[in-house]
Amino acid sequence: MLEFDDIQHILITRVPALTGRYEFLSFKSAAAGRDWLAAISEKVQSAAQVRAGPTQDARWVTVACTWNGLRALGLDEKSLASFPEEFKQGMAARAEMLGDTGPNAPAQWAGGLASTDLHAIAILFAKDAAERGRCQAEHEKLLAKAKGVEVLSSLDLEATPPFDYAHDHFGYRDRLSQPVIEGSGEEPTPGSGAPLKPGEFILGYPDEDGPPANQPQPAVLSKNGSYMAYRRLEEHVGKFRDFLREHGKTPEEQELLAAKLMGRWRSGAPLVLAPDKDDPALGADPKRNNDFNYKEMDPHGYAVPLGSHIRRMNPRDTAANINRRRMIRRGATYGPPLPEGAPDDGVERGIAAFVICASLVRQFEFAQNVWINDRNFHELGNERDPIIGTQDGTLEFKIPKRPVRRKITGLPAFTTVRGGAYFFLPGLKALRYLASLGKGAA
Amino acid sequence: MSDATKKEDWTKPAAMAIPKEGYFKVEQGRYGPTFPKTPANYGFTIIAKIKPGREAAIREYGKKIEQTIRDLPDGLAVLKLHYLRWVLFDIGKDTHFMYQGIFDTDFDKYTEDAVALFGKYGINTVFENLEGFPEDWKTNAQSFVKFVREHQRPSFLEYGEYPYVSAEEIKKALRLKAAFSDALDQMQ
Ligand code: HEM
Repeated sequence: MLEFDDIQHILITRVPALTGRYEFLSFKSAAAGRDWLAAISEKVQSAAQVRAGPTQDARWVTVACTWNGLRALGLDEKSLASFPEEFKQGMAARAEMLGDTGPNAPAQWAGGLASTDLHAIAILFAKDAAERGRCQAEHEKLLAKAKGVEVLSSLDLEATPPFDYAHDHFGYRDRLSQPVIEGSGEEPTPGSGAPLKPGEFILGYPDEDGPPANQPQPAVLSKNGSYMAYRRLEEHVGKFRDFLREHGKTPEEQELLAAKLMGRWRSGAPLVLAPDKDDPALGADPKRNNDFNYKEMDPHGYAVPLGSHIRRMNPRDTAANINRRRMIRRGATYGPPLPEGAPDDGVERGIAAFVICASLVRQFEFAQNVWINDRNFHELGNERDPIIGTQDGTLEFKIPKRPVRRKITGLPAFTTVRGGAYFFLPGLKALRYLASLGKGAA
Repeated sequence: MSDATKKEDWTKPAAMAIPKEGYFKVEQGRYGPTFPKTPANYGFTIIAKIKPGREAAIREYGKKIEQTIRDLPDGLAVLKLHYLRWVLFDIGKDTHFMYQGIFDTDFDKYTEDAVALFGKYGINTVFENLEGFPEDWKTNAQSFVKFVREHQRPSFLEYGEYPYVSAEEIKKALRLKAAFSDALDQMQ
């Protein structure tokens, strides 16, 4: 049984928020950190709470810590040592392997995220901007009381219009394919595969390989917890649109090219099911929009290029061990939309996302290192993910086509990593345990 | 690394001398520095002492793997292998096991897949006959990788008569050849 009343809601549910804010925090003293944690924990909703009435809520709060943050709270050395190596090192230290080099390197990151002073994140999702403003003011009051907890930086989130469906700044419909956790009560949509064992995403439960192993200690700390890889990815919308215009003569050709890069039309319609012409009704229909595979339905990539974003990030029936590589995605867009036809204004906009998994090295880092950035993935020779791969203008993108394939060379970088971090997402009991460290020790 | 595609010309036999560490410049993988692609592609040579009295058991596994692959020819497809060679040899009174593989993917990239496969096909049990093999390898990919890395002996020289060609490309060429001679037959 999943302990919904102890699991933070972000792991299980997607909330109907249109705005939000991330605050990145540093604890100047253990006592201040614990005081803040004790107070904010009261605001954190469990999965059970949100499932009981997500529509009545106007705001949703999540809290997570870095490894340095756990240390700053005064967690003992033995417990600290029991965490996995990649989490201890943190995202910035693993930049080269992740492909965060050149303009994506931690030295360029915004908001102090590459610093060892980054200790915690408070994630706020809110129904509207007014509610965000109210919560922000509340949090400021709380911080004013917890002297010694500093805000390193913050990021305001904004959905991009039109608001009737979720999409990013490039215009792609998002939130279509997501793994389902066994026991969550959720039904996978057709094509999404059977529910996965909870241990793939939640610590303390059996995973696809068997009973939980190598869990952080003490058990109260890790049970119902998870890990989150945070990625702040700037989207170069002007450059993206220029590219489509440069390589597509008509609006139809440009739409098809956008679809080939992603593996789905911007409407969300999957290319496997709609290879030649967009089908917005298909894109919007959860009963149909994820109901496809690759090995049987598109083995050579005539519909979905082997190197497209969704075929890399979930190769479905064409990858080994796929159930051990899935990820839960949460997050939002930030920055103002760039109106159609407007030249790039130089304002930063993009996606600020969390990849949630039980093992950063096996799930998130594998995706970064192999699916996104291995130039020879699927024998492609000289390609990386066209949307989020580390692109330096020397790589290509191949579109299988009869009689001869199309090859676009000199692919530009449509995104830049602006920040990132590894967080531990404790269960609610674990939050209280961390907040009470040191008590009774004296 | 695999990005050297432009220099990779299969018509020109090539040799590569490799530094003592096994790589030219440190390029970090998820579990440590990654080994380079050479004219003989990726590969490893794992050498370890076997536990006393285990030689017969290891030889027995040879037969088991033979049968496994006969029943399931695609069983090891994930590893993108060309060849595997398993050798037993003595140094003094001790018997050693050498496991050499030539393949097309950076082993580190697919470590967990390999560990899962080994478990599935019983290769694990051979490793369990080796001294120092971690007992918790099944639930601890990291400990398995550590063992492999500690027992990996990098080549100081590798050679390819048709350098850098992947098994997939070779199979493609052979399929094309078969299809082509078929087509010629049809035209008689
Ligand atoms: C600017 C950055 C990104 C953009 C614009 C983007 C866009 C998209 C879109 C439009 C989809 C299809 C909708 C869906 O299946 O839900 C998708 C799917 C997906 N993306 Fe991304 N994404 C970005 C970054 C990432 C990152 C950083 C990761 C993980 C490391 C990731 C992992 C995935 C996965 C796992 C899927 C689902 C594939 C499937 O199951 O078919 N994406 N992305």
